[in-house]
Amino acid sequence: MNGYLFAAYAAAWIIHIAYLATIVSRYSKVKREIEELKKR
Amino acid sequence: MKSTFPILGILTAVLLSYALYLALVWAPTEQTMGDVQRIFYYHVPSAWTAFTLFLINFVASIVYLIRRKPSADILALVCAEVGVVFCAIVLVTGPIWAKPVWGIWWAKGDIRLTSTLVLWLIYVSYLVLRRFSASGQTPVLAASMAVLGALCVPFVYFSIWFFRTQHPQPVMGGGGSIDPRMLHVLLINWLAFSCFAFLVCWSRYRLEKIQREVDQAHAMQSLNDPRSSR
Repeated sequence: MNGYLFAAYAAAWIIHIAYLATIVSRYSKVKREIEELKKR
Repeated sequence: MKSTFPILGILTAVLLSYALYLALVWAPTEQTMGDVQRIFYYHVPSAWTAFTLFLINFVASIVYLIRRKPSADILALVCAEVGVVFCAIVLVTGPIWAKPVWGIWWAKGDIRLTSTLVLWLIYVSYLVLRRFSASGQTPVLAASMAVLGALCVPFVYFSIWFFRTQHPQPVMGGGGSIDPRMLHVLLINWLAFSCFAFLVCWSRYRLEKIQREVDQAHAMQSLNDPRSSR
């Protein structure tokens, strides 16, 4: 596969996956906050 | 509702894989540029998806300014955030295509390239405003900014018609022609990215809604218990 083509497709998916990872991490944070609220 | 999301997720993953296969294997190789032209199947659908999301952000912002509906505010925020991600992909894949084809990463002063970068910066500023401003007027300020920012979208889209630019002419409506197989691959990729964007917006919308409810619960708890740290 052409190097530039691979770089472009890989970059696109790295950006998408990085963004999805931030959503997952924010979900975990909000879940922890809900648990804390339930404990009080 | 709970089972709909995973089903749509699987269907979107299958569609994205099929679109990737079409782009890398099935689509014919362009005679002048060779395989590098296949970047177009990610670059153009990402741009169309970003523009669509910015337009939804525009409509939701107007609805929020008129009716002050929190759901419209959340939708505007979510579409701007996901739109910035797709626009970032456009700005990254464009130069990767330009280097082997034009011999340079970035054509300085080119109206399409510069206006796309400005558009991205406008929506990044919108997100920074939403993230760091604690004022109660933030949603109104952000909605006003989004309405003005959206004016940039048609400018970016039509800039290649009205100005001299190094950027290739539009795929559709630009007077040029495209191989029907290439058009088919382009449209399938656009459909796949649109479905993916819809799912990401959906999950981000749910997250934002839960986050606001949690923030409200924290605020209520602080009111009820003045010794509480939050």
